[in-house]
Amino acid sequence: MPNIVVLVKQVPDTYSERKLAESDHTLDRDSADAVLDEINERAVEEALLLKEAQGGEVTVVSVGPDRATDAIRKALSMGADKAVHVSDEALRGSDVLQTAKVLAAAVGKVEGYDLVIAGNEASDGQAGAVPAILAELLGVPQLTHARKVELDGTTLKVERESEEGITRLEASLPAVVSVGEKINEPRYPSFKGIMAAKKKPVETLTVADLGIDAGEVGLGNAWTSVLEAAPKPPRTAGQRVTDEGDGGSKVAEYLVAQKLI
Amino acid sequence: MPAERLLPTTEAEDLLALTREIARAELAPLAAEYEEAERFPREQFRLLGRSGLLGLPYPEKWGGGELPYEVYLQVLEEIACAWMSVGVGLSVHTMSCYALIEYGTEEQRERWLPEMLGGDLLGAYALSESHAGSDAAALSTRAARDGDDFVVNGAKAWITHGGQADFYTTMVRTSDDGGRGISCLLVDAKTPGLSAAPPERKMGLTGSTTTQMIFEDARVPADRLLGAEGEGLKIALSSLASGRLGIAACAVGLAQAALDEAVAYASGRIQFGKSIIEFQGLEFMLADMAAAVESSRATYLEAARRRDRGLPFSRQASIAKLVATDAAMKVTTDAVQVLGGAGYTRDFPVERYMREAKVPQIFEGTNQIQRMVIARELRRS
Repeated sequence: MPNIVVLVKQVPDTYSERKLAESDHTLDRDSADAVLDEINERAVEEALLLKEAQGGEVTVVSVGPDRATDAIRKALSMGADKAVHVSDEALRGSDVLQTAKVLAAAVGKVEGYDLVIAGNEASDGQAGAVPAILAELLGVPQLTHARKVELDGTTLKVERESEEGITRLEASLPAVVSVGEKINEPRYPSFKGIMAAKKKPVETLTVADLGIDAGEVGLGNAWTSVLEAAPKPPRTAGQRVTDEGDGGSKVAEYLVAQKLI
Repeated sequence: MPAERLLPTTEAEDLLALTREIARAELAPLAAEYEEAERFPREQFRLLGRSGLLGLPYPEKWGGGELPYEVYLQVLEEIACAWMSVGVGLSVHTMSCYALIEYGTEEQRERWLPEMLGGDLLGAYALSESHAGSDAAALSTRAARDGDDFVVNGAKAWITHGGQADFYTTMVRTSDDGGRGISCLLVDAKTPGLSAAPPERKMGLTGSTTTQMIFEDARVPADRLLGAEGEGLKIALSSLASGRLGIAACAVGLAQAALDEAVAYASGRIQFGKSIIEFQGLEFMLADMAAAVESSRATYLEAARRRDRGLPFSRQASIAKLVATDAAMKVTTDAVQVLGGAGYTRDFPVERYMREAKVPQIFEGTNQIQRMVIARELRRS
């Protein structure tokens, strides 16, 4: 019966306008509705499918400000059993290396974990590196960009899809898996799930509770920094083609000129 | 801009978030296509059932959500905002469960409610007949006792979900004693002798099927009688005010959808070098529309809070139904005006909203009947 940890992150809703703060280029959290990242819903779904088939327990782990509890509650209302929430003002502006370090310490708090499931890339930062860094820090195999996950005892098999083709990976537990868009269709929570979620345990920890020095994390100590940020330029009007019997070939010429065909 | 709500609990906030997510991803994208094709969204109702949204105001022990009306109605409003036919259907389903909840025996409730509230069964409510609309007590569909059954003959009219529902909460005549000769039967859709007439060809809500239901020697087991024989009209009347609140909430959702569409269009449409929303003629129209939407919402919520506290609320429910549905008619008509020629085409949803806004002024008690209810209380005071 696998003991599964799922990493979840609260991100600005992709339906709303997303912005960085002008002062330090960190995320402007007030500018958009905050939601559980969709790729994390898929990660939770995969964990729940494994649990439904094989038993075990699902713990969600999140690093984020206080209001990330909303995203955690969503994962619990989908069916996860409990949660660990690392919330500390010192973490503000942390980069992927610092975040992975904190996550590794938080995952370590989940006794006897077998499998960590993460989304392959968050829709806000889009670094796509945390699962791999985490696996390295935990000293366990990384099976990233999965479109299919199978667990047989302690043997984990994953199909990874890339532009070149499909790679089949296999490892022994414990391991870290990151999942892509094609892994599954996440379930909606139900009202019963929402009511059950409020009774599920959420352990809230600071970086000190994890034995990490606050001086190692946060914007001021990050290995990377954002120097400049600009919104995407508005889309230009494009080129209009009037069909005078040769519309098809004009469109084809345009696409050839753009090296699209 | 989406409705700003003050909700009583974190769970209510999470429920509204779930509702908006389902509305945005599963309902709104299909509404125009299904309405155009007159296709009934049966699968979407199943999803609402799986999500626990088909029994929100009823007790948890029978599979309900045990939520106050204040929260249930806001869920309904969000659903109707995405797709009016589904909102109205959810309200009808909820009211079709009312008689069993309030008047059923413990045995009847345990037998049927879990599937009606927590499963994915869909209900319908059959009170009107072609000659018995506002004057419901004139109904003549007859149920004659024969051994352990009632044998039912007649035709019920204007049945939302007719031919689609799994059960019909049906008012029938069991004696000639006028209003006291009416009884309530929970009729299984599979009952031999029960059939749906061809759907009505309606002006709006075309995704929602409305039919007559024909009873021809339909044998309904007597253990499906809800309440005592002769109590049917009392049961029907006792649920009216709650049903009216449901329709008020749906009307607010519809008006909100029209307002959102109008604001989005007026912000993007450029004439004389600026967005048309910057012209005062239009700006004031949109402001009036927003005032109508928000005051209607406040009105139904006030009535709902009275209901939740166990206070009398029938006058407030009638006022909410009257105000919200008249407002929806005005707001959707104005939304067509804001979109101009575009609004008059089927490429934009506002002409559909305008067609959909008409029937809420008519069903669940016409707005003339609502005025009678309100005036009757004024006379008594």
